[in-house]
Amino acid sequence: MLKINKLHKSYPIGDSSLHVLKGIDLSVESGEMVAIMGSSGSGKSTLLNIIGMLDEADEGEYVLDNVPIKNLTEKKAAIYRNKFLGFIFQSFNLINYKNALDNVALPLYYQGLKRKERIEKGLFHLEKVGLRDWADHLPNELSGGQKQRVAIARALAANPKLLLADEPTGALDTKTSHEIMEFIQSLNDEGKTILMVTHEEDIANMCKRIVRLKDGVIMEDTFVEQVRASQYV
Amino acid sequence: MVRFLFERDTWQEVYDSLTKNKLRTVLTMVGVWWGILLLIGLLGSARGLENSFNRLFGSFATNSVFVWAQSTSKPFKGFQEGRQVKLSISDAEKIEENVEGIEFVVPRSQSQALVVHDFLSGNFGVSGDYPLLDKVQKKKMMKGRFINQIDIEENRKVAVISEDIYKQLFKKDEEMLGEYIQLNGMNFKVVGMFETGNVNMGPRSDIHIPFTTFQQIYNMGEEIGWMMITGKPEYDIAQIESDAKLLLKNLNQIHPDDKRAFGGFNLGKEFAKVTGFLKGMQFLTWFVGIATLIAGVFAIGNILLITVKERTKEIGVRRALGATPFEIKRQIILEAVFITIIAGLMGIISGGLILMLLDSSFGLGSETEVLINASVSIAVVFIALIILVVLGTLIGLIPANKATSVKPIDALREE
Repeated sequence: MLKINKLHKSYPIGDSSLHVLKGIDLSVESGEMVAIMGSSGSGKSTLLNIIGMLDEADEGEYVLDNVPIKNLTEKKAAIYRNKFLGFIFQSFNLINYKNALDNVALPLYYQGLKRKERIEKGLFHLEKVGLRDWADHLPNELSGGQKQRVAIARALAANPKLLLADEPTGALDTKTSHEIMEFIQSLNDEGKTILMVTHEEDIANMCKRIVRLKDGVIMEDTFVEQVRASQYV
Repeated sequence: MVRFLFERDTWQEVYDSLTKNKLRTVLTMVGVWWGILLLIGLLGSARGLENSFNRLFGSFATNSVFVWAQSTSKPFKGFQEGRQVKLSISDAEKIEENVEGIEFVVPRSQSQALVVHDFLSGNFGVSGDYPLLDKVQKKKMMKGRFINQIDIEENRKVAVISEDIYKQLFKKDEEMLGEYIQLNGMNFKVVGMFETGNVNMGPRSDIHIPFTTFQQIYNMGEEIGWMMITGKPEYDIAQIESDAKLLLKNLNQIHPDDKRAFGGFNLGKEFAKVTGFLKGMQFLTWFVGIATLIAGVFAIGNILLITVKERTKEIGVRRALGATPFEIKRQIILEAVFITIIAGLMGIISGGLILMLLDSSFGLGSETEVLINASVSIAVVFIALIILVVLGTLIGLIPANKATSVKPIDALREE
């Protein structure tokens, strides 16, 4: 599904440069649910951004679904992002002047689907996250948990192969976090491959595998017994 | 590429993002609207001024010069300086025969007379004229006719009076055709009335009588007061003036370098000055209008730039969701062009209203009549709009490029 080989990345800071990723090797199979952990500055977000094609590696190989991701033009990267990836952000990143349905349907717009189809699919995914009745509400009329669910529906809308979540519960209280995690787990149960960055131990334990980063290298990569979020809800 | 222009979603996106931030949309539109409004208002007013000017001078043959006699300033062939020069009919005829490019030579004589009708009287300028005067200085006849050839040949005692005189000497709505007025005690039959109001070049004449009659009653003999010379359109009137004056000096034994012997008023030259002034004003109008337009376009660019900055995160999200840079740019440019067109059209409409307002308060039929038919040609308006759209697009490119030059990851980090 995803294969990373000797990945390097550094950022220029003034005259010097900061070496953030120092040779990462990682492979993820289809249907996995992986948590990437690490303290701040460990390079976990950078890794996620490179996987998400939002950023580019300086060195190393990255193959996603048998497609080598290298020297992408912005246009090609956009098309791959749309086709392969679904993003879930810590701060939801919904477009605040579009209602829930339009937000969910946005990736479909960029896929070039007809409006009718977009509405149909958008409503289907809103239904899936249990917010069909909120379809015509603007983001600021929704609670944090609802916003994140809309964001998840949006990430799912284009039916991506890989879901990337950057601290998906970072802005939510514990109870809502667990609800969101329960939902993400159910997506994984259905076969979605999920990669999430988190620094919360209990959230990481709800995944099936934990990759720990420190100073740009993988310190630990273990499969864990998945804690079901449903028991807390 | 073209297809997307006809898709509902495209316009939905434009509508959403424009209505989302009403203040910025309105401010942008005001910039363009004001630019177009000023351009149209200024151009229309300049045109109106030109029109009213043409109306005033249109009845004149502008390619003409007035020549009159003064006294000599140089002794010549035994004559002392300071001799009073007199123009005669034969001078006029010789000029017509000998000077190149002449169209008409119209001799005129002018005097003051006490004019009486019933118990009303006044002192007015009286001039003796040929029918030809009507050709070089069009009289707008309100009633009756101008002097004709038979009047000249028979030395008839007929008079053509101005509207002003009619108002002063006749009772309201009183019939004046066929009525008699007294000029210095002699009865003249009124045969026509002309409209006053046109600019009067030369001495003011309220009453025109046949030239021959004038010569007779004032004992002028061959002497004439002054003459009006008009040139054919393709000839330079300044050249005609100096040719005619030289000939006159020759005929009247005057030193060829004598500058004072004949006075002249070159209408062509004066007219050119005013036309030059109008041209200058038109240039100024264009300059100001276009500068305002450009300022408006920059306002659009500026506000779009701020908007893009505000929307960096949104643009980042859109790109994460699969929007290509081209799609982002297209959207921003479309917004710019759309705003420009709408504001431009509003400017055109309100500019038109302003011109209508100007026309009703200063146009034909108003008291002043300084701006007649203030208008702008449709072509000019559309060219202005097209320029605006093109500039709007170009200026939209700057924020559009800025929007896509930011990496999506940086855009998303923006808080």
